[in-house]
Amino acid sequence: MTETFYEVMRRQGISRRSFLKFCSLTAAALGLGPEFAGKIAHAMENKPRIPILWLHGLECTCCSESFIRSAHPLAKDVILSMVSLDYDDTIMAASGHQAEAIVEEIVEKYKGNYIVAVEGNPPLNEDGMYCIIGGKPFVEQLRYATEHCKAIISWGSCASYGCVQAARPNPTQATPVHKVITDKPIIKVPGCPPIAEVMTAVVTYMLTFERMPELDRQGRPKMFYSQRIHDKCYRRPHFDAGQFVESWDDEGARKGYCLYKMGCKGPTTYNACSTIRWNEGTSFPIQAGHGCIGCSEDGFWDKGSWYARLTDINQFGIESNADAMGGGVAAVVGGAVAAHAAVSAVKRAANKGEE
Amino acid sequence: MTSKAARVHAEPAVYVYEVPVRLWHWVNALAITVLAVTGYFIGSPLPSMPGEAIDNFLMGYIRFAHFAAGYVVAIGFLFRIYWAFMGNEHARQIILPPLFSVEWWKGVMHEVRWYLFLTKEPKKYIGHNPLAQLVMYVVFFWGIVFMIVTGFALYGEGTGMGSWQYEMFSAWVIPLFGQSQDVHTWHHLIMWYIIVFVIIHVYVAVREDIMSRQSIISSMISGWRTFKDTRRIEGDEF
Ligand code: HEM
Ligand code: SF4
Ligand code: SF4
Repeated sequence: MTETFYEVMRRQGISRRSFLKFCSLTAAALGLGPEFAGKIAHAMENKPRIPILWLHGLECTCCSESFIRSAHPLAKDVILSMVSLDYDDTIMAASGHQAEAIVEEIVEKYKGNYIVAVEGNPPLNEDGMYCIIGGKPFVEQLRYATEHCKAIISWGSCASYGCVQAARPNPTQATPVHKVITDKPIIKVPGCPPIAEVMTAVVTYMLTFERMPELDRQGRPKMFYSQRIHDKCYRRPHFDAGQFVESWDDEGARKGYCLYKMGCKGPTTYNACSTIRWNEGTSFPIQAGHGCIGCSEDGFWDKGSWYARLTDINQFGIESNADAMGGGVAAVVGGAVAAHAAVSAVKRAANKGEE
Repeated sequence: MTSKAARVHAEPAVYVYEVPVRLWHWVNALAITVLAVTGYFIGSPLPSMPGEAIDNFLMGYIRFAHFAAGYVVAIGFLFRIYWAFMGNEHARQIILPPLFSVEWWKGVMHEVRWYLFLTKEPKKYIGHNPLAQLVMYVVFFWGIVFMIVTGFALYGEGTGMGSWQYEMFSAWVIPLFGQSQDVHTWHHLIMWYIIVFVIIHVYVAVREDIMSRQSIISSMISGWRTFKDTRRIEGDEF
């Protein structure tokens, strides 16, 4: 029989006391009531451990970097120790052929009952040659590993949307996971990187309840992505008052005014930064005086300047935005109308003369 | 065209725009003006307000005016569609134009020639001329549909998941465009599309009032179409 989560944790040197703490922390992080701590504990004591394969495609490892800095060391230790038992080529002890063999072993042994977490995405151009893992294109490893999995976690904006490697013109044809693997349940945890606490909470939820947390239409867990940065931003009163930073280091910047005019993407970005914050709740970009760049949104690299409120539109070969373009067209139409009016007046005068 | 063309028309004035249509027209015009002005300042806010945040609510008021006018346009629009079915035949013209009528398209072409100065006299219509119907239908009707749908999708982001605005609009509109920022950009671009329509609409109304054979601007106030000559009215069978 396979071990339960609890047995694994004890074997990893985690005390019962710490285990129970972990359960209540997790319940709190997930926004569940205190009574759920007991449920989580019960599940972990009785359920056989679900293995996780953590694959790395075209990526920068910022998701892993974020993950290992989770504010709750307990959560991190617990989950990390469980993940590293299986496969994660960045943090596991094994390497080379030995490591690659683990993927095969898990797929065979736990058919239909393991989770694949993907960091990064597969580039599809040139038969996937832009990302080689263990001598083979990453897309092949991804297809192989996910064929019998229970569910997929798309870590970060790379796996969820493509991120920088898929930015225009996307020479390697980097493609988000859900466009390559279409027959498996996928949970997207976007962000560049996603917040550590969000990552650990999502994994814990899936391991304990053996199902996905509630997702929105785009496949993101509602509990962390149902509100925009703007909705919970502490600078919001300045936005409503109409008090903005007009240029870097001006009086408004010193007073902590809203960064809207400096191109803050908080109003269009769904993430939990303004509530959970970063690095053990220390701060987040807006608190440090820089606007949100919208890192958890689809195609955030291709929406023009991070420092402009209105999106650049370059389809016409010139630097433009909605106002520059629309205003230009309106001016041309205004001119045409004036010309038309002038011709009409002349014609009318001429016709009058004829009559 | 037919021999009827030469027949003298005796009727001096026709009641065209019923009260609900006229009311809707002017309320809508006002609301769209408010929307365009406030919308512009949502995209490019005014210079910062001095003083404490607690004493100011400028952006809040601008956004409130935008949303209130947005509701006025949306509710008025639903009512206007209802009236297209309940009102007289002219109430239908810009909402259900006869797109499959050859005769109607010929009328459109004639009006185009009139605006290109290729014909000396416009035809005479009781309601809107066919070109006006076409432009109002394509640019105005669908433009406003677009603004209402994208506007409520953006509004739903503020009211949050679970609100009817979010479930009915944001939930599908935002993924359709890619992300919220794209919806903002399109909502903004189509504002200019509507502004261009308004420029042309106002110009043409004034021009026709002066140059064509029927009253235009006063009709939208009084409801009555008066004619400046006694020749045949297009589509008139008598
Ligand atoms: C003719 C109709 C309309 C015009 C010309 C118009 C114009 C605009 C413009 C220019 C913006 C700024 C976009 C940007 O972020 O760059 C905007 C934002 C917005 N509009 Fe409209 N709009 C119209 C109708 C509506 C309607 C019917 C609603 C529904 C209530 C609506 C709701 C919104 C919302 C929620 C925003 C975003 C506000 C924010 O980001 O704080 N709009 N509109
Ligand atoms: S700083 Fe950004 S997120 Fe915060 S209120 Fe201003 S625009 Fe919104
Ligand atoms: S504040 Fe915006 S850009 Fe920064 S991490 Fe959060 S979502 Fe990404």
